[in-house]
Amino acid sequence: MSERKIFKDADEALAGIAFDGMTIMSGGFGLSGNPEHLIAGLLRSGVKDLTIISNNCGADGFGLWTLLNNSQIRKMISSYIGENKLFAELCLTGKLELELTPQGTLAERVRAGGAGIPAFYTRTGVGTVVAEGKPVETFEGALYVRETWLRADLAIVKAWKADPEGNLIYRKTARNFNPDMATAGKVTIAEVEEIVPAGTFDPDQVHTPGIYVNRIIQGPSYEKRIEFRTTREREGAAG
Amino acid sequence: MAWTREEMAAQAARELQDGYYVNLGIGIPTLVANHVPTDIDVVLQSENGMLGIGPFPFEDDVDPDLINAGKQTVTALPTSSFFSSSASFAMIRGGHIDLAILGAMEVAGNGDLANWSVPGKMIKGMGGAMDLVAGVKRVVVVMSHIDKAGSPKIVPRCTLPLTGAGVVDAIISELGRFNLDRATESLIVQDIANGVSLEEIRQKTEIPVIG
Repeated sequence: MSERKIFKDADEALAGIAFDGMTIMSGGFGLSGNPEHLIAGLLRSGVKDLTIISNNCGADGFGLWTLLNNSQIRKMISSYIGENKLFAELCLTGKLELELTPQGTLAERVRAGGAGIPAFYTRTGVGTVVAEGKPVETFEGALYVRETWLRADLAIVKAWKADPEGNLIYRKTARNFNPDMATAGKVTIAEVEEIVPAGTFDPDQVHTPGIYVNRIIQGPSYEKRIEFRTTREREGAAG
Repeated sequence: MAWTREEMAAQAARELQDGYYVNLGIGIPTLVANHVPTDIDVVLQSENGMLGIGPFPFEDDVDPDLINAGKQTVTALPTSSFFSSSASFAMIRGGHIDLAILGAMEVAGNGDLANWSVPGKMIKGMGGAMDLVAGVKRVVVVMSHIDKAGSPKIVPRCTLPLTGAGVVDAIISELGRFNLDRATESLIVQDIANGVSLEEIRQKTEIPVIG
């Protein structure tokens, strides 16, 4: 197996791909499963006027927040703003364009984009501002709103492991939007904690087939910041 | 005495039935997990992509790759599964989840629910709430009966942007446990907190309360 998909680091993987005004999908839910190194690469590249499709926009000092803080983002397509003061402030003052999309509709729009399905109908958002201006149709007595696909110039995703073909395996809830977004970028770059030799993966266990992945980098280390560290005491321990 | 947060969660747990697949929202709904009766099996779903949420981890078991939809660290159970966001919402939208318990800013007598934005003041985003209320079989709201300014949150018509239209089935507040009869737009009392009168509930509710 050739190693043509493997790049040295984020800067090399983004070279010739990032441009001003582009649309980028970024995997992750909250700070879990974020492509930390590729986001840092986009920050260093200084690419601007970005439209970012991501469930959240990082958190204070971390992830996509750093691009927002550096005025590189023109528009966000997201489902959740809470706990991100900068994001909320820029939206409320109209300094950032926001297309607020229900989380499941966001996931399905991305899935549809990757699967070549331009539109679909969903119950989600019927009777709310989300449905305003969109066609609504009745199926078996219930109203459904038409939502359209999302595709991007670039998808950046974070997986646990990759093989040289770009087959990806995710870990626990760090999977989230990553497999959906990997399918919907014109170019998809995956960053992983470990690149393993061909033949390591059981083909039955691969989550994202390599056809969707153009470039791979192995991150030097992962911060994996935790937003809410909730724990319990061991029984018998002083509480 | 009005119910505490933990007592409200215990009241909400009475909605659980053996074999249910349940999604719990952020805040008091998350506490419902502490009150699942020991004689029934309930599987908790987290919309970021997990079925079978276990308890919070011990300090040395904390795993940043294992969180619930509230971004809190959790654990997996021997029967847990993980999946993508689109698979998670297929599960929700497809009607496979029996019950969702979530918070609210306003509920109307017709079942309309608002919980994601106060125009010009606060924008939190709907996250997965719109998908949950549209796709889950039964929707139960756990919330304070009145807002911080003392105004009723159960109203004839919502003034805030909706999360879903005609979706709420039941409400638990610090004052009591109620079913919402959407046809008559009235609140049907199931249980009242000790020391709370029907009169107090009626004063703090803007739709008819049936005792």
